[in-house]
Amino acid sequence: MKLDIRMPMGLMFVIVGLILVVYGAMTSSDAEMYKRSLGTNINLLWGLVLFFIGALMVVLARRAMRDGTK
Amino acid sequence: MPRIELHAVDYLILCIYFLFVLGIGFALKRYMKTGADFFLSARSIPAWIAGLAFISANLGAQEVIGMSASGAKYGIMTSHFYWVGAIPAMAFVGIFMMPFYYGSKARSVPEYLKLRYDEKTRGFNAISFAVMTVFSSGISMYALAKLFEILLGWNFHFSVFISGVIVLAYISLGGLTSAIYNEVLQFFLIVLGFLPLVLLGLRDVGGWHELIRKLNEVAVGRGFAPGTMTQSWAHTGSAAANPMGVEWFGVVFGLGFVLSFGYWCTDFLVVQRAMAANSMSAARRTPLIAAVPKMLFPFLVILPGMIAISMHYQTKGTFLPMENGQPNYNMAMPVMLGHYYPAGMLGLGLTALMASFMSGMAGNVTAFNTVWTYDIYQSYIRPGQTDQHYLRVGHITTVVGILLSVACAYAATQFNNILDFLQLVFAFVNAPLFATFMLGMFWRRATGHGAFWGLLIGTCTAAIHHGLTLPAGTQSGIHGGWLGTIVHQYPSDMAQNFWTAIFAWTACFIATIVISLATAKNKTDDQLKGLVYSLTPKIKDHDLPWHKQPAMLGLIVIVGALILNVVFW
Repeated sequence: MKLDIRMPMGLMFVIVGLILVVYGAMTSSDAEMYKRSLGTNINLLWGLVLFFIGALMVVLARRAMRDGTK
Repeated sequence: MPRIELHAVDYLILCIYFLFVLGIGFALKRYMKTGADFFLSARSIPAWIAGLAFISANLGAQEVIGMSASGAKYGIMTSHFYWVGAIPAMAFVGIFMMPFYYGSKARSVPEYLKLRYDEKTRGFNAISFAVMTVFSSGISMYALAKLFEILLGWNFHFSVFISGVIVLAYISLGGLTSAIYNEVLQFFLIVLGFLPLVLLGLRDVGGWHELIRKLNEVAVGRGFAPGTMTQSWAHTGSAAANPMGVEWFGVVFGLGFVLSFGYWCTDFLVVQRAMAANSMSAARRTPLIAAVPKMLFPFLVILPGMIAISMHYQTKGTFLPMENGQPNYNMAMPVMLGHYYPAGMLGLGLTALMASFMSGMAGNVTAFNTVWTYDIYQSYIRPGQTDQHYLRVGHITTVVGILLSVACAYAATQFNNILDFLQLVFAFVNAPLFATFMLGMFWRRATGHGAFWGLLIGTCTAAIHHGLTLPAGTQSGIHGGWLGTIVHQYPSDMAQNFWTAIFAWTACFIATIVISLATAKNKTDDQLKGLVYSLTPKIKDHDLPWHKQPAMLGLIVIVGALILNVVFW
């Protein structure tokens, strides 16, 4: 296919993941806020997960693109 | 119920999602040159993308909100919609039916009916389907706007406007491909947005065993045996023994066979995704690939409902908002989001919720586009025009489809009951349809007259059955019993639904056979080649690697579903 969906999808998760990581880091001292998520800084944690999933998608898309042009 | 406060970071995440959705539409715009590009994605979609779009199109609001509500109300028995309902039907459509859908080169499900039977059978299906999609999409829009109004205090008109404009933009730009790509994006967003919720919820109740213990208390508190909320089959010996009010025969035959096969095998909304696949093999693998995540969805959508109801009892009835003395089950998922997610994650969760509404809407709109343009406009209004003409019609239809959905969304605010009633009517049309397809694909003697009148008789049987029966504790009207006399009382709405489907299917099946035998064949064996099982050369896929063989994949998902049924017996 002409547009590899993994590319925009991966980029989006990388960006959203980064936002959550940064926001999580900024608010990490706010114990009151993270009472909801049972004391876990879920923003930081899940932001990292999203970032790596997104990065994996981008890598796969780039590899497919390189193989396609060979 | 308390409003959920959104922060700047939440809006930022929502905006980024909107930007990417529109960006994908723009990136695809230059590939939309012909009708085939716009309506069929030029049959170029790889199997895994088609597969994820296949479930995502069905993963609308009804699924996320409805299944978690059902999980709170009935517990794990809700999983029957997946492990008895969806999975076997998805395996069947991939292995047995896709060769005819894809192989016949039909552009839509109604078009297959025309090739196999005749014009009137296609017309009946095309028109009822077109009306149904517009209403479903409108109801999706209404539900979204209503929910965001209650939850976030968003203006109703604003929600309708923003969801309508975005769906309109990305379908107009990139056609079916854009809808499919966005469905894949939505799939990942929904999974990644709701998964932490389940993990947090489970940790909060104290783990799986603690959840079971608490749900047993809930079940006993409601007057059922302990275990009725957490065991899917053990209490289905009689309808009175479980909160869903159904017995095993109704589940297996009504839900598992008629309703699920009727939906997954004949509803163009999902079948369209497989028809866009890039090869016969990919088309057949589409529903089978979809079946794998589908099998695991109960943990994502039903489990939060079960956690919510156990929390509700633990907090002495303050967790869920109350409505007429009953917990408002529909709020299970939104309440969970607001309870466990801090700002940031909340933005992700709400974006996932928004995505589920939009994917349901977009799926309906693209299916409506194709059926309207090819099966109604090209067939009955203006045949014989150029491809560019039909492409333009498709673009206009997108706008009209969205406007009609908006109109339905507003109608829903005024006439809630009428819309419920319409949905009921469509259920009557859909239930017998699987009999028409089954006979069409596996019995070459079935005729056009047989199919059309069989379908009509099946639909009427459904209506009459509904009119003569009533679920316990309801009034005559929308729930049934509108024919005056009540012949039978069902323990629940669900049981009545299952049995309406069973009666409708059986009536259509028998009527189609009888009428077909009494009428002459209207298609020669040569015309039916590629449309009927016995007249189509078998596809050989023994030389493919095992993970590309539909029969092998089908076996794997069926075994997987069996194991899940046994584990949660």
